[in-house]
Amino acid sequence: MLSSLIYDYRKFAMSTVTAETHAAHGEHAHTSSFLKTYVFSLDHKIIGLQFLFSTLIWFSVGGLLAMGIRWQLAYPWRAMPLLGNMLAGPEGGQIAPENYTMLVTMHATVMIFFVIIPILAGAFGNFLIPLMIGADDMAVPVLNMLSYWFMWPAFFFIGASFFVEGGAAQAGWTSYPPLSVIQEAAPGSLEGQTLWLLGVTFVGIASMMGSINYMTTIIQMRAPGMTMFRLPMTIWAMFITAILQAFALPVLTAAGFMQLGDRLVGTGFFLPEGAMANNSPMETGGGQPLLWQHLFWFYSHPAVYIMILPAMGMVSDILSTFARKPLFGYKPMVYSISGIAGLGFIVWGHHMFVSGMNPMLGMTFMVSTMMIALPSAIKTFNWLGTLWGGKIQFTTAMLFAISFVSMFIIGGLSGIFMAATPVDIFIHDTYYIVAHFHYVLFCGTAMAVFGGIYYWFPKMFGRMMNDSWGKVHFTLTFVLMNCVFYPMHILGMQGFPRRLADPYHYETFRNLLPLNQFISWAAFLLMASQIIFVINFFWSIFFGPRAGRNPWKANGLEWQAPSPPGHGNFDFQPIIYRGPYEYGSPETDEDYYPQTQPPKQTPESAEGKAPVH
Amino acid sequence: MKHFWSFLFFLVPVLGVATFVFAPHFNIWLPRDISEQGRTIDNLFMFILYLTGAVFIVTECVLFYFLWKYDGKSNEKPVIFSHGSHALELVWTIIPAVTLLFIAIYQMQAWANDKMDPPAISYTCEVTGRQFNWDFRYPGPDNELYTQDDIVRTDGKLYLPVNEEILLKITSADVLHSFFLPNLRVKQDVVPGMAQKMWFKGKKTGGYDIVCAELCGWGHYKMKGRVYFLPRDEYDAKLAEFTAEQNTMTVEVPEEE
Ligand code: HEM
Ligand SMILES: [Cu+2]
Ligand SMILES: [Cu+2]
Repeated sequence: MLSSLIYDYRKFAMSTVTAETHAAHGEHAHTSSFLKTYVFSLDHKIIGLQFLFSTLIWFSVGGLLAMGIRWQLAYPWRAMPLLGNMLAGPEGGQIAPENYTMLVTMHATVMIFFVIIPILAGAFGNFLIPLMIGADDMAVPVLNMLSYWFMWPAFFFIGASFFVEGGAAQAGWTSYPPLSVIQEAAPGSLEGQTLWLLGVTFVGIASMMGSINYMTTIIQMRAPGMTMFRLPMTIWAMFITAILQAFALPVLTAAGFMQLGDRLVGTGFFLPEGAMANNSPMETGGGQPLLWQHLFWFYSHPAVYIMILPAMGMVSDILSTFARKPLFGYKPMVYSISGIAGLGFIVWGHHMFVSGMNPMLGMTFMVSTMMIALPSAIKTFNWLGTLWGGKIQFTTAMLFAISFVSMFIIGGLSGIFMAATPVDIFIHDTYYIVAHFHYVLFCGTAMAVFGGIYYWFPKMFGRMMNDSWGKVHFTLTFVLMNCVFYPMHILGMQGFPRRLADPYHYETFRNLLPLNQFISWAAFLLMASQIIFVINFFWSIFFGPRAGRNPWKANGLEWQAPSPPGHGNFDFQPIIYRGPYEYGSPETDEDYYPQTQPPKQTPESAEGKAPVH
Repeated sequence: MKHFWSFLFFLVPVLGVATFVFAPHFNIWLPRDISEQGRTIDNLFMFILYLTGAVFIVTECVLFYFLWKYDGKSNEKPVIFSHGSHALELVWTIIPAVTLLFIAIYQMQAWANDKMDPPAISYTCEVTGRQFNWDFRYPGPDNELYTQDDIVRTDGKLYLPVNEEILLKITSADVLHSFFLPNLRVKQDVVPGMAQKMWFKGKKTGGYDIVCAELCGWGHYKMKGRVYFLPRDEYDAKLAEFTAEQNTMTVEVPEEE
């Protein structure tokens, strides 16, 4: 009811807006102040770009934190040049052990909560959803604006936590109690951990507002003819992701408040009776540390899919565009992401196989985890099927998309080792896990994000990025990231534990130092090669060649709008005749067939192009 | 270079396999296994490695082949206008499903042996993790924990008889830790307020690393211990020595729990 009211309102608004846009020749009709247009903007495209810029800045922060980790693992206790003083504090560039645990905690926190989740849903979701479904904006623009501005308290809390007494949180991004609850247990368990919890809670609120908006928008605001099964995979993925968020997030939020309660007023949800650490006063307790793990992973396992489904969607679109051929198995793709989402809620226990959880329960989680590899496999085969028989154009965006497929195979397969419970006894909390999730998150999602930026950049800024430098950036990133993350598998095979500031004083791991130095140097170079991307990105915003509406000759609806689209997005009323993947269709002479192009058979269907006033 | 990009992606399976082939030559592999159930775990690991390895090689090579064959620059044929294949979908759903289900069922026994069916013997030792040390309490001559003759050691060295079934009780005094013996392929988180059992049999004498595998604070990295497997007579002598040592030290009354 409410949503249909909103819909009517938007429809009304759209007709006026498009009229105005016409009058002003694509300029912003409302002569609003700078503040209203660019800062507290209600326009989904501006909000998307705000998310994009914020998350890219945090991306570099997270990257620098990782450099600290790699330095310590390559040259334990040696003063770190350049960044040392910044990351390590007053110790003269040497990374103190408590700072090392802070680095691993904050690297993961920043990358997960400030980069991957908001860049996919916040930046791409915001920018693309209305454009790809033929809407003029999100269903509730105010909520959309708030979802961005609620990130700022989070930025503030996490940013500030580096400067409070004891430093930022040090209990891992998983924040397991009692370490994260008992203040005496670690320096970072002072205010740092409280700020961490507040920060994550605000990210949660922001995501929640976003996901409600996305669901409503996708259900209610599709242009005429845009049936659910004509949606691009990106939109399907955003839709399923929004549902995942909406169901999983409340659990994390509740758990976060419980941990705050434990920390601030001694509620003891996660502390056993008489808990103490480092001569802290005894806690009354009455709770269970494992409860936190259950609640945390009940959110955070679905969250790993929140961190990859949109990437999968974007990759599907890019692959089809540049293979110049329809996406193979559209419906199986839709069903497998739905399957992943459904199964995603019953596998969280695979993070807890050796936690002390009932081993019988571990067995059931093992079976469900094995089964969740299935939809991932189906998707991979369909991507290969998409390339089969195409005419592949190796643009930068395409290269990143192909590398997503190639790398996701590795990340998916390594998951099977860890799903096998007896094997996981050995490799749990080793670098094998680190290898696994970097293959899905960095080599997977981050590659898709780069691909997405190269692909949609023309739509975002109306100009093209430089393709040659894009390819240099791709090649360096692709080669170096494999040098960084692939050897981590064999580190993990030897049992090399994660989150250890200096593993080399163990006899078992002593011989792994040279390999770690190799990895670290590859990581430093990987970081450095991103400069190429940064320069290309900013240079192209101002000086790139003009793109035109549809530089890739793509079918998607977003490519029929002006680049960049004005306020209200479309300068005509889009009517959709087919799905987004009709490349190489025998029905037309061109090798692409835009979703809005009326079929030849229909005589004189001019309505497709005519603006509705 | 023509087909540069296809060959770049071809490097993935080539170097991917090469890494695993050459790693043992650089002495990087599963660490030496001295336990009984370790072999089952290693075999399972290798089984999955070969299986996933085959899938990896096949899919990555298919990817390479498609990139090479259907390169838009050289492929003259019109694109294959296909939206998918029902038969293929069935094939590549059913085959992986059966394989995955097989792996799931195949390993259940190993898991049960490692974590579900403890041997019916009394505790060999109680292990307590605390920031940042492993403490050990042996039951002493009466074979019962928490009695006057218990032996408490806080030097991070655990002595165990070789070739005998061992049952440990493991707990934590403060935060989470994880008792990890890489050479025995056993790992168990220790949780304050809970007592866990761990059982295994060491088959080779000698000293091996005890690693803490769960982040427990700034000193996590140095929460190191050693486990020594001794022949039965040496083990008994060692414990007798500890008892004697403890009796001379009147101050150290074993703390009651
Ligand atoms: C093919 C399907 C997959 C399977 C079977 C699988 C299985 C697992 C298992 C069993 C673990 C726990 C390992 C341990 O801690 O001992 C794990 C960890 C993890 N997985 Fe996956 N996974 C799969 C796909 C993914 C995907 C697609 C993502 C992300 C986009 C992902 C992200 C992660 C992360 C971040 C962790 C580590 C969390 C941590 O401990 O910090 N996984 N995976
Ligand atoms: Cu998971
Ligand atoms: Cu530890």
